[in-house]
Parts: sequence; structure tokens; C-alpha cells
Amino acid sequence: MQTPASFEYERATSVEGALEALQRLGSEARIIAGGHSLLPMMKLRLANPDHLIDINDLHELAYIREEGYELRIGALTRHVELLKSDLLALRFPVFRDAEQVIADPVVRNRGTIGGSLCQADAAEDLSAVCSALKAKAVIRGAQGERVVGLDEFYIGPFTTAVGDGEMLTEVRLPMRPGAGSAHEKVERRAGDWAVAAASAALWIEDGTIADAGVALSAVGPTTVQVSRAEELLRGKKPSDELFAQAGEISSEECAPLPDGRGPIDYKRHLAGVLTKRALRRAAARAQHQEV
Amino acid sequence: MQVTISINGEAVSRDVEPRQLLIHFIRDSPGLTGTHWGCDTSNCGACVVLMDGQPIKSCTTLAVMCEGHEIRTVESLEVNGQLDPVQQGFHETHALQCGFCTPGMLMTSRALLDENPNPTEREIRTAISGAICRCTGYKNIVAAVQWAAEHETTTRQEV
Amino acid sequence: MATVENLPSTVHERPIGFGRLKRKEDARFIRGKGNYLDDVRLPGMVHGAVLRSPYAHARIVSIDTSRALAHPGVAAVVTAKDLETLGLAWMPTISYDTQAVLAGDKVRFQGQEVAFVIATDEYIARDALQLIDVEYEPLPAIVNARKALDPDAPLIRDDKVGQTDNLASPTWEAGDEQATDSAFAEADTIVTRDIIYPRCHPAPLETCGMIADFNPQTGQLDIYNGNQAPHAHRTVYAQVAGLAEHMIRIRTGDIGGGFGNKVPVYPGYVCAIAGSIVAGAPVKWIEDRSENLMSTGFARDYVMHAEMCSKDGKITGLRVDVIADHGAFDSTAQPTKFPAGFFHIVCGSYDLEASHVKVKAVYTNKAPGGVAYRCSFRITEAVYLVERMVDALALEMGADPIELRMQSFIAPEQFPYETTTGWTYDSGNYAQTMRVAMDIAGYDELRREQAEKRARGELMGVGVSFFTEGVGAGPRKHMDILGLSMNDGADLRVHPSGKAMVSISAQTQGQGHETTFAQIVAEELGIPPEDVQVRHGDTDRSPYGLGTYGSRSTPVSGAAVAVVSRKVRDKARMIAATMLETRAEDLAWEKGRWYVKGDPEKGALIEDIAVRAYSGESLPEEMEGGLDAQVIYDPPNLTYPYGAYIAVVDIDPETAEVRVRRFIAVDDCGVRINPMVVDGQIHGGLAEGIGIALMEVITFDEEGNCLNGSFMDYLVPTALECPDFELGETVTPCPHHPLGAKGVGESPNVGSPPAIVNAVIDALHESHGVDHIDMPCTPARVWAAMQGRPEPPQ
Repeated sequence: MQTPASFEYERATSVEGALEALQRLGSEARIIAGGHSLLPMMKLRLANPDHLIDINDLHELAYIREEGYELRIGALTRHVELLKSDLLALRFPVFRDAEQVIADPVVRNRGTIGGSLCQADAAEDLSAVCSALKAKAVIRGAQGERVVGLDEFYIGPFTTAVGDGEMLTEVRLPMRPGAGSAHEKVERRAGDWAVAAASAALWIEDGTIADAGVALSAVGPTTVQVSRAEELLRGKKPSDELFAQAGEISSEECAPLPDGRGPIDYKRHLAGVLTKRALRRAAARAQHQEV
Repeated sequence: MQVTISINGEAVSRDVEPRQLLIHFIRDSPGLTGTHWGCDTSNCGACVVLMDGQPIKSCTTLAVMCEGHEIRTVESLEVNGQLDPVQQGFHETHALQCGFCTPGMLMTSRALLDENPNPTEREIRTAISGAICRCTGYKNIVAAVQWAAEHETTTRQEV
Repeated sequence: MATVENLPSTVHERPIGFGRLKRKEDARFIRGKGNYLDDVRLPGMVHGAVLRSPYAHARIVSIDTSRALAHPGVAAVVTAKDLETLGLAWMPTISYDTQAVLAGDKVRFQGQEVAFVIATDEYIARDALQLIDVEYEPLPAIVNARKALDPDAPLIRDDKVGQTDNLASPTWEAGDEQATDSAFAEADTIVTRDIIYPRCHPAPLETCGMIADFNPQTGQLDIYNGNQAPHAHRTVYAQVAGLAEHMIRIRTGDIGGGFGNKVPVYPGYVCAIAGSIVAGAPVKWIEDRSENLMSTGFARDYVMHAEMCSKDGKITGLRVDVIADHGAFDSTAQPTKFPAGFFHIVCGSYDLEASHVKVKAVYTNKAPGGVAYRCSFRITEAVYLVERMVDALALEMGADPIELRMQSFIAPEQFPYETTTGWTYDSGNYAQTMRVAMDIAGYDELRREQAEKRARGELMGVGVSFFTEGVGAGPRKHMDILGLSMNDGADLRVHPSGKAMVSISAQTQGQGHETTFAQIVAEELGIPPEDVQVRHGDTDRSPYGLGTYGSRSTPVSGAAVAVVSRKVRDKARMIAATMLETRAEDLAWEKGRWYVKGDPEKGALIEDIAVRAYSGESLPEEMEGGLDAQVIYDPPNLTYPYGAYIAVVDIDPETAEVRVRRFIAVDDCGVRINPMVVDGQIHGGLAEGIGIALMEVITFDEEGNCLNGSFMDYLVPTALECPDFELGETVTPCPHHPLGAKGVGESPNVGSPPAIVNAVIDALHESHGVDHIDMPCTPARVWAAMQGRPEPPQ
């Protein structure tokens, strides 16, 4: 089996302590939570940090709770908790959809939402989920906290707005009436990365779409937020034709690369199909029509 | 660095490099070679052990990360000569051939039944979808877990 | 104390002999007490690691090992130069080619072995690999077998004197070209297809490796090695390394899956042996998963062009032309006289008028191999071809695919049947087996359901395949590997207590030999299976044999055990006659006991005969004491298992995802020693077939970079991709096997991929006009076919 190169290790006992360590150790230090993105890369020697700061003891960062008009998720919340949370399934069923197809059940016991979002792999599902839900990321550093919309969180492939000496601590999801959301994914086999995936969120009031979120995984250098589809949907009444049109926009707006999972035309096609299907389910859930 | 991990109820202390993976820490302990490895990319599940009762991939965990946690390996299933129902189930239904994936499958199954004593076929297949078997085609493994679920109350030893 | 053995059983009667006996070997595996290679720790053991080429084709300009040697934990770094002094830089292959142990002049595939590091532990060995500096001069690479013989193709094997192109093995032919031409001339329907069986990999869960422990004082070389053919390897090492064969001992321990991947001799093995001789310590080398996928024996990679014809509703002729991609070195394994393996069984299960088969092999800049993954020496490729062609023909004829098969099958009265390519199938009732499959599947109901779904735009497919295999190599006059005849031995000793030990040539990697071979002795001698120990996996203590692959364990070793048990039983009869003061011919046998005909109360139990055999009391004249026997079994023919498989698939019309909803497999493997074990073998092979049909493939880019070198990219099925398999059986005993048994381990891999691909096409033909698709049927590839743009795999 492949093994990592040498590094130093310390365990953080508080968020402040983790931030202090990041400052102290510089850019060759990495935070490790679940480690199921970082450790495989280190074993393949594609990532060779000098220091690892283990934040798994920071239980204060693991929670799913409502606070005012937001549902807030701590960055250290494990995938398995996101899957099981009835509160989350009630408010944002897109999470449960996605978690059922993220990695495999064993990996989900360790991986965290913070790790997933910060890995910034375009094929990663939670990034699309959070983008569609208009989430905000709370980033803490020595200077304090700042809140960044998901649309500004992703800068490039594997690159986020979290700077040196900073840490993602929380994800905030605005709660508004009439919400319905869903995630659709195609994979070659259970546990595989997405060939393409789509998250859709709708807020429907008086039979009309008040707001919409559409985001795609695995069809661009980062998560693709399909703003043009969201614009199309706002103010309209939900219908299959509308969702098919939104799907066409997804197909046009994404920028997939060909690889072993599929060629460009198939991925574009999937972006469209999965957008349409996710919107359909989101609408049914918003209107309480889904069994 | 010095690390102490509770493995099968016993404190195991050793001086290890931070980079030592949990799987190697376990396998370097006398009598604990039952946990296997089969890949480099956390896909195959041969290395699954329980950490605080939950299945984890010991090839994707550092030993140093496990101090303060309870690790259980396949060797912990048999207690005072009494086999765990999942072990009995695997034997009854011919759920193993080469035996290499078996420890990971057993630990995954044990954790599943601890949380969900009456899983459906779909739930069983999902629970073991993080572990690969090349020999059995999974049909008999599903039957083994169902057997264990049925026989749990009659054969489980009181702790 | 409750143990596995004395648990209350759901089966009330524990069979003595054949039957669904639970496995003896389970006891250690369910406790995590198996003894696999990485579990072996020897005092003073050091660890080896292989540095591998990043390029598919490149000159080696220089290798600088100084930084690695400077590492305090590194004991040695071995390169081709060092091996040259030992005469080990190149080694012979099973196909009479040569393969570089460590690359000297050039690297010829990505992942090829370039240097071998020996260090104090595996972490340091891995560190040390990064400290070896190799300078390469990349060369153009050939990864497309069809282009390998182009005039401007780069020459890969410039190490071979007289080699001027990339032909690895000249065209081998079987059948009758003229008769085939006539059949086609008279046919009323002809179809043509280009069919690829892509490169895939057996990927057993335990990777390959070896511990080599050379004792310089005694000259003994102890090898621990997961190895499907340990005796043959021992002979090869003796020849290659100039060692004394009687001083080499190979112990396999428990093996975590073989599937043909653990048949070849790999460079890592030779390096470990050389390393141990040089370092004077045991050297452990175990490859990681990417090494396994990128450098060890792959499977298949056949590019096939075929035509099939029919007349009056019956298949009459078949023509096949194959380019076999053997990779950079020819290390395919097959009996010497069969350079294309058993591919010429492509004539299939049909009463053809004529067929003609041509196979040539080429070198490419890819890992060496080709014969692996439960292929029965290329029968997987052959059956895939013929069963796909039968369906193609059925489409063209507008015939039901099962009906066309029924019309064309070899009839029961035609057995023993000599095929157009020289096989003699021993026995069969094909239509009956097909009908059992149709019954279990509810075939007519499935077709009704399909029609209803079609009307709603839903895509459902039903696919069939029928296969006849030839397994159990083989008769010594026809079959040898490297000049070693493919016979197996069995030694049986019954102890004074009446317990027994049988030592066998076959080498289990999960097939349950510790149970099934005990059952054979039990069946023949009436000694309960728990009282029969099966010994294997140690070349010092088991009889010479050619190993376990090609489904030969039951046909050859199983036969050997039956024959040796009967020899012991015959000896027991003579002793019983003396004990009972009668003549041998007055005795009759019931399991476990010889008794006097007409006076059944008067008899001798086998355990009492054993006591007598070892005692000082009188024995028949000129008989030696003891109750044992030894046999080498030369099979008179292969055995010919067959089967009918039906796959039911559903395809998402928009995403093109394929799901195998049901899989029905009816196998006829003759008499079944342990039906539970047989079922298990079939389940496993069907899962592998699903993998091959839907997701498993090893592909390369233009530069020869392997794109599927990990389990993230080489996908094998999980429990979620496999349906609840539905099995059936018919039993047509093999006429020449002592137990009437045939081999079965590979049948599911042989029969399932064509059934699944036929089902996919069946789902898409009417709606989308799809009449061919190559594996793997990933969603992207199925979608492309639905758009009218099917593509061969990379």
C-alpha cells in the first residue's frame, strides 16, 4: 500500500489554537479533519504538507441547528450526520439526496462538510448543494470572522476563498418559506465521483417561483452556479417545460472536460437532464406533492 | 511520537511516526493481522475497523489521530470462545471464499446490526457498498447478515 | 466452548461425501486468523519496493541510485546492471518469450520495473524510490493493437534478434477455410461485426507479492508467495536462477484471490529472490494496488472481426480474425501447442457446417499478459464473440435469439461431438438447460413486460447467452506448459486412527478445497470430511501439479483424489478379506465399510481396516503395511461444462444508466461435489461479469499513460450493482471423469458478459436502432450508442 512522506503532527484543542498553529506553521501546514481527501493525496505523494493540524477534537464545530432565519451547520459535521439529520431532511432534503450518493457509508463516517467544501473539487456534491441553497460560508482567521457567499467561495479548481491562517467554521443556509430542493447525480458505479450532478432549490409562493438555485457538479473547473437558469425560473409558474428549458441552459452554461467518466457532449446532456429532474423534484417537495 | 490507542479494550502504546497509518499500527500488534488492505485509494474496505462503534477505513486514518478513541478489530468479535452472530452467519451462508474481505465485511455488518437490528436487503447492500468482494458476488453476504439479524437475540452473549 | 464445527446446524444431516457441507476453512477466516502473505513476519526481514517507469516507451539514459543508497534505512538498490551479473536481468516467459526483470536499455510499458530498493521498512522503501534519479528519453508509443503492425510503428522489441516488427506471435489457424467459404457462399443470411473484448484486470483483493528467504549456510531458498502454480514456479526458478530445485520451497499460505492474476512469474519475485541472495536476509515485496493494475497480468484485449452465416433458420458458418494485444512482452499462459489458448472453441455450442479462425498477437507498449481473469485460456473471448454474433445474426434474420440457438444447438444424440475446430465435446443436453433457464426467468412473461414498457418509452432488455467450455487441462499428450505436462497428483494416507490426510496439487485461492477435497475422500472411503485433512500450498509436501486456473481443480486434482481414494479402498478390500477370512470378490462396499455379500452383519469398518494395516497382524501376501496410495492423474480429455444465462436490464432513457435487474444462470457442470461451493463460485463470477460488461476497463491515452491505475478508476462492482442471482442446474455427468464432475469456476465469467451486452442491445435496438455496442457499457458509452455513435473503447 502506498504511504505518505514524513510530516509533523499536532492536535488542536480549540479553534483559536488551530488558527494560531496555522499562523505559526505557515503555508506548508494543513488542517486535517476526516482526512479522506487529504490522506489519499498524501499517500499518493501528490500532497506533501510539512505539518498536519488535527481538528477532530473540536466538537464545538459539529452541529446542525436553526438560528433565527438560518440553518447553521458546523464545518466539522460529518457526512453521516448530514444524512441522518431529520431537521436537515425537513428543511433541505437536497442534503439527504446528495449524502446518499457521496462516497460510501464508511467514508461518510469521517468526511466532513468543511473538508468537502474546502477541497473544492468540482466533482464534489456538497458544493453544488450549498450553492443552490444560496449558502454562506463563515471563515475565521486571526482578524476575526467574515461571511462569504458560496458564489464567491470558489475561486478556481481546488482553490477557495479561505486564505492562509484561516479556517472555514460554519455554513449558513437561509430559510425562507415555500422551500423545496433536490439533488440528482449520475455515477458509473456506487461511490464513484459524479459524471455530472445537479442541485436545485426552489422557493415557491402562491404558485410562483419566488427564487431558484441551480448548481452543477463535475461539469466545470469548479461548481457551476447556473445564474441564467435561476433568472429564467424566477417569477414563473413551475412546469415541466420550464424545467426542461432551465436544463437546456445548464447544458449550455457548463464547461465539462472529457475524461474516463464521459465525453463533453454526454456531460452537457446530463447537466440538462439532471437539472430538469432536480427542479421537478424540488418543485414537488416545495408544493408537498412528493410522497 | 508516543501514542496510546485502545484496541479491543486494551491500551496499546508505541512510539510511531505521525505518518504511520492506523492499519499498520494495528497489524504491527501481535495477533492482529486480521485487518487487511487491498488498495491505495480508500475504495476497497478490506481495512475497515470500528472506531467508537463506527466503521472507518483504517488505511485512511493516522494512528496518531486515534488516541483517545476505541478501536475494535475482527479479533474482538469472538468473546470467550463464543462467536458473534455475524461470524456464525457468514459461516452458515457461505459468505466467504478467499476470506480476504471478510474481516472488513464482518465489522461493517456488526456495526450495521448494532444500529439497525432488522435491515432490509437494500439497507444491507448499501451498508456494505464501501467494501469490495471479488469472490462471492455479495448474495451470500447479504444472507449472512440476515441470518445474524434473525439469530441475534438467541445467540448473542450477554455483555 | 462453541466453535464453528459444533454449532447447531440448520442442516440436520451433515453429509458424508457430496453435499452442501459448510466449509472447514471458514474457522480461521471469520476470526481474522488467515495467514496471508503480509501476515508473515520473519526475523531480520527487510522490505523491497519497485521503481517503475512513468513512460510507456523510452530509452533509459542513466540511473543514479546514490541518493537512495545514502539513506540510512536503505540496504541496497538493484538495477539491471546488477542483475546482469547474476544472469537475471531477463527471464523466460511461459510463452517462450523473454521479459525484462529490470529495464536496462529501454522501458516498454508504463509501470515497467526499473529498479528495486531494499530498506528496513515499507515506508522507507517508498521514500527511497523518490531518491532514485532516472533520466529517460521518451519514444513514441503504440497502444492501439490495430496500429501495431503499421509500417511506421515504432519497434518495441528491439532487444530480440531478428525482430523487425511488433508481431508477437504469428497467425495461428484452426478450422477449414475452404469449407467455411462454401458455407458462406450457400448461406441465406450473413452478418459481420467488429467486436472488441477490452483489456480488463482480475484485480484480486490481495495484491501480488513474495517473501524470499535465502539461507546462505544451507543453500535453501524459502519462498512465501500467493501463487496459483507453486510447483511450476519452483521449476522455473531453479532453471532461471541456477538454483537446485530440491532446495527451493514455496509456501503459499492463504491467498486473497487469484483469478489468474497469481499465475505468472513477476519481475518483483525475481528481484525479491535476488535481493535475498545478495542481502542475506529475508526480503518481503508486496505490490500496491496501482502496481497490480498497471503491471501485472491483465486479461483479454482481443480485437476481433467476425462473420456468421445461416441457412434455413440454422447457423451454418463462422469466420473470425483476431488481433491479440499481448503487451510489451509475451507472457500469456497456455499449453504449448495452443498459442491462442482455447480460443478456437469459438465454434460454440452449435452444429456448424464449417468455421475458420485466425489469431495473431502483437506487441504494444502496455503491460504484458492476456490470459487471466477466469478466462479458461481465452474461452471468455471465444464465447463472447460467438454469443454476440448469434444475437447479431438473430437480429438480421428477425429471429428470436433463443429460437435461433435452439435450432442450431448440437443435439444430445450427437455427443461425443467433434467440432469444426477439432474439439470433442463429451456430453450435453443443451436445449434442456436452456429451457430450465427460460423457466426460472419466466421468459415469456419478460417479453410481455418488455412490450408493455416499450409502449411507454421505457427501455428494458432481455439478453441470452449459451456457452460450452473446455476445462481441466489436460491430457499429457496434448497439453504441457513449458514442457511440464498438465497432470496433477494426490497422496492419501489413512492413519492408524482412521483419520486421513490427502495432499493435493491444486492450490486454492478461495475455492474451498479444504472442504471439497475432503468430501471426495469422504464420498469414496466413508471417512467423515472433518476427519480428512487436505494438505496443499507447500511444494515440499504436496505432489507436483500445474496449479489452479482454467477450472482444472475438480477435473484434474479432483479426479486424482477420487482415483487415489479408490486405490486405498481397493487395498482396504484386500485387507478386509484377510480380516474377515474370505475372498476379496465376496465383499461388497457401502460407504465406510466392506462387508460380506449375503451376510451384511459381517464386515469391517474402514477405521478397523486402518488399525489392521498398521498392526503386526497378518496382511494379504506380499502386501506392504500402511493404508495409503499415491497417484498422478492424466485426464483423458478436458471436461465440457455448459450453461444457459439470461440477463434482464433496465436502461434509463435519458441518462443511459444500465442496471442489471435480474440474472439467471443455469449451469451444467456434471456432478456437484458441494453445491453450496459451486453456487458461490458462480455468484462471484457473475459479479465479475457484470463488472466487465458495465464498468471494468484498462485504457491508455495516446502517450501510453494508463488511465485506470487505481480502484478509483478501475471500477469493480459493489453489492449495489449486483442483483440477487438466480441459479439453476442440470446435471449431465462427465463420461470420463471418475466422479462425473466437470470444472465450473470460470463458467460464470465466460457466460455473463455476452448475456448482459445482448440485453443492452435488446433494450435499445427497436427504439434507437442499436445493433452493436462494445464493453464496458458505461452510461456515457451507452448514450453514445443511443445517439447512433457507438465507439470502440480507447
